[in-house]
Amino acid sequence: MALADLANPSRFLSLANRVIPWLGGLTVIAFAFGLNLAMGAPDDYQQGATVKIMFLHVPSAWLGMLGWGVMSISALGTLVWRHPLADVAAKAAAPIGAAFTLLCLITGSLWGRPEWGTYWVWDARLTSELVLFLLYLGVIAVWRTVEDPSRAARAAAILTLVGAIDLPIIKFSVDWWNTLHQSASVFRMGGPTIYPTILIPLLVMTLAFTLLFVTLHLAAMRNEILRRRVRTLRLMQASAVS
Amino acid sequence: MEAMNHLPFIVGSYVAAFVIGAGLVSWVMIDYRTQRRALAELELRGLKRRSASVRPERPMTEANEKA
Repeated sequence: MALADLANPSRFLSLANRVIPWLGGLTVIAFAFGLNLAMGAPDDYQQGATVKIMFLHVPSAWLGMLGWGVMSISALGTLVWRHPLADVAAKAAAPIGAAFTLLCLITGSLWGRPEWGTYWVWDARLTSELVLFLLYLGVIAVWRTVEDPSRAARAAAILTLVGAIDLPIIKFSVDWWNTLHQSASVFRMGGPTIYPTILIPLLVMTLAFTLLFVTLHLAAMRNEILRRRVRTLRLMQASAVS
Repeated sequence: MEAMNHLPFIVGSYVAAFVIGAGLVSWVMIDYRTQRRALAELELRGLKRRSASVRPERPMTEANEKA
């Protein structure tokens, strides 16, 4: 099956039905392995046991940004190529990305209290992450308020592309401004600064979270295609009655 | 001692992750069942998409040709 064939929703559904159970199984295995490594990881010499929050916080931060990245590529697909599945992919990714961004904010807050002495500060990294969450809510609101799906798709795509400016701001906020948040320690020039006993569980947990995101995204896309079919049939029924 | 002081923050983070993760999985599964049920009900009333009503004819035609 060529990649272009997936533009056909029926072919996509057939592929999704076959792939989702396997991806779900892989996700469970990856989480079992990752949580086992995370619980066995040693305490950090400065942060102590609270370093275990990092195994949730860093992957959820990554997925919050990945979700918006997926939506941005889909927005281009909607506006430029008018790909039939582009707005389906964007709409399906929004609530998932929002949920992981919320998890990032909650875990960051719970990590900040013992380490910084406060749940929240209005510094660049935390504020730009909160802006990302609000942008997600804005896109979800557009999808819910504009009734015509094609008009909603275009409006959401424009908002998504404008909001993509926030992604480099989040990433480089710790370099551009003085922040309470620590600077990059995994994805940085010169390699990670984290010791392998903590880095390996972190990478496995990131893989598990990413698999969860992919599985949920495919399942949510499948649901959205079915929802559009239901809508089409209801419109046909309504026009037949009138 | 320090680990005990910080335990509520660590446990709270893992509980939040579980609740959000389980919420997402439940939302996707419930939505799937809802859409499947709605589609089945509409098809029971004889409503079918044009593309859906055309597609099953092809295998039958191929089968007839072979026969």
